[in-house]
Amino acid sequence: MPEKVFLGEYSSLEKISEFIKEHAYACGLDERATYAVQLAVDEACSNIIEHAYGGEGIGEIECICNILDDGLEVILKDDGKPFDPEDVKEVQVGVPLEELGERGAGIYLINQLMDEVNFKFSNKGGTTLTLKKNK
Amino acid sequence: MTIETTEYKRCSLVKMDGRVDSNTGDSLMDAFKMFQDQGVYKIVFDMTDVDFMSSKGWWVLIQTQKACKRYNRGEVVLANVPKKILDSLDLVGMSHYFKIFDDVVSAVGYF
Repeated sequence: MPEKVFLGEYSSLEKISEFIKEHAYACGLDERATYAVQLAVDEACSNIIEHAYGGEGIGEIECICNILDDGLEVILKDDGKPFDPEDVKEVQVGVPLEELGERGAGIYLINQLMDEVNFKFSNKGGTTLTLKKNK
Repeated sequence: MTIETTEYKRCSLVKMDGRVDSNTGDSLMDAFKMFQDQGVYKIVFDMTDVDFMSSKGWWVLIQTQKACKRYNRGEVVLANVPKKILDSLDLVGMSHYFKIFDDVVSAVGYF
């Protein structure tokens, strides 16, 4: 099972994206599906750094890619502060430009782009996010 | 990642390559702000060589669009938006906040 640990820094995002791309192609996902996984994982990792760790250089992000018969499963683990995705404001669609606020797009995108999304919170702290993209 | 800026008579052009994400978005914001500080609010963003854009990048564009459109003093328009990026902008309903052109010549000509 391909697994890699990255520093919780924004400069890790490109490396994480390359790691995802390599295994998405190995799994047989097409370019569109691969980009969707890269984007969802980027949003998730940005949220981990910003919200779970509260900034850069505080913790690590463990990334696991499972190549399945019917698609790619990505597992992201962190040791940061858990958050409830239900508490995140819904993205605003169709509002006037002046009223558009900067919240919620990441979680909304993750849910739209992936076929399965599961958050698991540990009593000891930390979150495991499992994402699946079907072929 | 490189950011190039070009000034034309009626507008300015910003061109970036590579990724626009939480790591690089602030540099793009700085390029847009540099023009705003000079009183330039008509801006073309050439996305020919952008191969990835996360929501951080979109918010840079939205914030810049808000600043440029204030008092009807200008606008940000997009040129050569890669299909995969346009699809994700559509997914969150953000593409309609921008005029999108197939090439830079048409985008510059809009102003």
